[in-house]
Amino acid sequence: MGILIDRFDTFASGFWVTLQICFLAGVGALIIGTVVAVMRISPLPPLRAVGTAYVTLFRNVPLTVVSFFAAFGLPQLGSSANFLKVPVLDAIFSRLAIDLPYFRFFIIALGFYTGAFVCEALRSGVNAVSPGQAEAARSLGLTFTQNVRYVVLPQAWKFAIVPLGSVIIAMIKNSALSGFFGVSGSLSDAMNTLTSQEGLPLIPVFIGISIGYLIMTVPLGILLDQVEKRRAGAAR
Amino acid sequence: MKRDAADAVLYDAPGPRTRRITLIVSVVSAVAIVVGAYLFIYLPLERNGQFTMKKWGPIIDPANPLFDQLWTRLGQGFRNTLIAAVLAIITSLIIGTVLALVRVQLQSLRRRRYVGLAPAAAQALRALTRVLNAVTRFCVEVFRGLPVVITIFFVGRGLPEFGLDFDTLWYVVIGLTIYNGVVIAEILRSGMTGLPTGQAEAAAAMGLSPFQTTRLILLPQAYRIMLPALISQMVVVLKDTSLGFLIGYDDLLNVASQAINILNNPIQLYFVVGLIYISVNYALSKLAVYVQRRLARGRRATPPTTVAPGTQLETEAVVGTTT
Repeated sequence: MGILIDRFDTFASGFWVTLQICFLAGVGALIIGTVVAVMRISPLPPLRAVGTAYVTLFRNVPLTVVSFFAAFGLPQLGSSANFLKVPVLDAIFSRLAIDLPYFRFFIIALGFYTGAFVCEALRSGVNAVSPGQAEAARSLGLTFTQNVRYVVLPQAWKFAIVPLGSVIIAMIKNSALSGFFGVSGSLSDAMNTLTSQEGLPLIPVFIGISIGYLIMTVPLGILLDQVEKRRAGAAR
Repeated sequence: MKRDAADAVLYDAPGPRTRRITLIVSVVSAVAIVVGAYLFIYLPLERNGQFTMKKWGPIIDPANPLFDQLWTRLGQGFRNTLIAAVLAIITSLIIGTVLALVRVQLQSLRRRRYVGLAPAAAQALRALTRVLNAVTRFCVEVFRGLPVVITIFFVGRGLPEFGLDFDTLWYVVIGLTIYNGVVIAEILRSGMTGLPTGQAEAAAAMGLSPFQTTRLILLPQAYRIMLPALISQMVVVLKDTSLGFLIGYDDLLNVASQAINILNNPIQLYFVVGLIYISVNYALSKLAVYVQRRLARGRRATPPTTVAPGTQLETEAVVGTTT
């Protein structure tokens, strides 16, 4: 068990890199997911078709394939995702700025993949709002914008928050794939290095890595359970 | 155009003017999409020579010397993926059912007072159920919160160290079962606790023991109600088999990666692999939707209204819990 203390630095920095991945990919996924959700609920058939195709595509392909595609396909196109080197951001998330592109590739893969699930969570929220609400709003003479802003979205948000939380938890877990796509220093990469290269015993490393992920996922999960329970109670 | 729930909430039935505007904007956006796809997808691919026969030949041209070899290997890989997925689903269902039964039993035992026994024995039994409850709860939270990547990696590395040498297939299956068994247990458990309490009360009134109640009354109904969620979980399992590459399992993705090392056509081959996964998973998702519709239509199988929001979200959540 001494490894947990001796190599605390490795675990902690791995945790930090994983947190960066999750934050950046999460923000990206929220943006992409919102855009796709808007497309899918817009009244325009071509936009809907694109949105539906996007969600079908990314929901049914393993993240592994998406990551491989990003990690090996993008270089073929001569891209190393340099557009992610955003001036202020890369000062905070230093990894964005480094020459090795795999951190950026993985964020792109994870963001696009999770975006499809975010879209579905948001859409399920909108779908859960009863049509009577909007009909009542319209009969009061509210315009479309007012209807969306004051009646539909506040309720949709409440319905969407729990599925959205599950999506974020799933994303945190999916970020574990990073270590196998050349994102050096992430938690799962630390696991690989410590066991394969340094030959440290498995179980302490396993415990250390597990704690790193559980710190992120379990409290979020418990929080969501609470929210859901409270909501179910309120609905009754 | 079919109107679904989102339409009904967001839009009124369109009049002639709105229909005209919608049509115009649709045409404009369709053109924009086509132009955008040409500029940002087709052109970069074309410019980097991704449409040449050198890249595509082994995949689509039967005359190509590598065509047969490639597709035989991909076929083997696909078969391995399916084998791992089917085995993992079966074992997860078994483990999940057992775990759900145990947890529901422990939950119901927690309230039992053991009146007939000596006080000390009753105390001990109650303490035991409480401990077991905590242990199962802990296991569920831990294995649900761990990435499958980590589980598979440590199963693949750890078991051989403890002298358990299996085929890599079994490491993948075990790794997937640990995670998905727990998830399925939670699906079934929420299905059972979501049933109207009248079901269990009626069973008790008929003189069924708690275990008989769970086994004969609650579990079958939980399976029925949660069938769509269970099928969605199968999609998750099938997708997660692709993690087998971590420990060298020869699945579809791994085979494709080996081929790419030789052929140097990652975009094309991963595209094909993606298509294969999509077609299988899309069929499964459609099946889940179909089953859900049928269940909603069926008279007896209407999910209990008291938990409708919870169950709905749970199902959605399960769809989201993926790798």
